[in-house]
Amino acid sequence: MKVNGVAHPVPVDPRRLLSDHLRHDLGLTGTHVGCEHGVCGCCTVLLDGAPVRSCLMLAVQAEGHEVTTIEGLAQSGSPLHPVQQAFHECHGLQCGFCTPGFVMSVVGLLREHPDPTPEQVDEGIAGNLCRCTGYASIRRAVHRAAELSKK
Amino acid sequence: MKPARFGYHAPQSVEETCQLLASLEDAKVLAGGQSLVPLLNFRLARPAHLVDINRIGNLDRIYERDGGVAVQALARQSTVEDSELAARLCPLLPAALRQVAHRVIRNRGTVCGSLAHADPASELPAVMLALNGHVVAASARGQRIIPAADLFTSVMQTALAPDELLVEAWFPGAHGKYAIAEESRRHGDFALAGAVRYGDRLALFGVAATPVMADPRDPTKGLQPSGDLEATPEFRLHLVRALTERLFAA
Ligand SMILES: Cc1cc2nc3c(=O)[nH]c(=O)nc-3n(C[C@H](O)[C@H](O)[C@H](O)COP(=O)(O)OP(=O)(O)OC[C@H]3O[C@@H](n4cnc5c(N)ncnc54)[C@H](O)[C@@H]3O)c2cc1C
Ligand code: FES
Ligand code: FES
Repeated sequence: MKVNGVAHPVPVDPRRLLSDHLRHDLGLTGTHVGCEHGVCGCCTVLLDGAPVRSCLMLAVQAEGHEVTTIEGLAQSGSPLHPVQQAFHECHGLQCGFCTPGFVMSVVGLLREHPDPTPEQVDEGIAGNLCRCTGYASIRRAVHRAAELSKK
Repeated sequence: MKPARFGYHAPQSVEETCQLLASLEDAKVLAGGQSLVPLLNFRLARPAHLVDINRIGNLDRIYERDGGVAVQALARQSTVEDSELAARLCPLLPAALRQVAHRVIRNRGTVCGSLAHADPASELPAVMLALNGHVVAASARGQRIIPAADLFTSVMQTALAPDELLVEAWFPGAHGKYAIAEESRRHGDFALAGAVRYGDRLALFGVAATPVMADPRDPTKGLQPSGDLEATPEFRLHLVRALTERLFAA
């Protein structure tokens, strides 16, 4: 499988979840794990460009596919990805635990709806839980991200 | 490692899958994994073998059959939701899919997996029942059609045998009045109670062990929904009356 453009062998043990493989085997700890049953959205990554829950996939299932994690959005030292920049500008995070999952979901949302309506924004982030920031500033960040992405 | 140990199999064809299901003891099909993997992670399910069907080619088609929409086992819920064919022939199906979980879950979850899982609070089994659709099951013994009315037997139980693969779901062309409505605690959660209307037909979900057909004029007749932390039986009955009224007022 390819992770952020780099080829990696899949783990030998089929029990390894994709989320645990990314974190423990590849050291990509930006993908967070909250609930492991699909509810919180913290572990969201892109699989061939579309957001999916990495806690609900076996790592072996990613063989032959392209995985993008939060680490793959912007190189360290280079400018932030528009969605990251928008979360930064709009105070879309406090503790940051939920943030990688929100950012990956929003990248997926903007790919499908570059100009999202307020309803599409709500729909697009409804599957992610944040326990501290409050959704108002996250909503604002999504609209800002749409603006920044067009520049 | 969260899931208990299992043997992992990734067949490349339906035939190979059927062979595996016939020969393996205690095997489970893995489709989108959006219901099965949570159960594995919490070890609520500990199958000895997983048969991952995601490597099978040409099993993700959505096509027209007998005036309705046939959805193969690997068609993701999000793809069916966006399908122009489904919107044209059976607009109730995409409308119902938009109520299933969240888009990110639907990117992996399959229509057939939802039917095979048969959660009593699921939308798609009730849609299939309201429309009188069917599924096609394949095994080493051959293929058979199971009509919606015979498919759902109890809570998360279906008429599929352990060695059968659900290869296709068929939703009839539906041009009459249709609507789906449900009530849940949060958007995207499983419904506390829900109702599907197609013409004069009414199917309910979340209020019995399986989706059930009901009389629109007396929708709670014979119902004995269970109560839990989220809703009492009385509240569920109230929801059934309110949702039915809403669907048939339109
Ligand atoms: C956070 C969250 C919220 C959700 N909310 C809803 C909701 O509101 N409404 C709803 O309906 N669903 C909901 N779901 C469940 C989701 O729709 C699942 O995708 C669906 O129930 C199962 O489809 P799957 O392809 O993921 O199947 P899997 O998880 O792979 O399998 C589920 C079961 O079906 C069997 N199975 C799957 N495919 C086949 C087949 N082709 N032949 C034979 N057996 C098969 C498996 O062996 C397993 O027992 C939710 C899931 C999550 C994680
Ligand atoms: S850890 Fe995957 S959705 Fe919560
Ligand atoms: S920023 Fe703390 S959970 Fe969202």
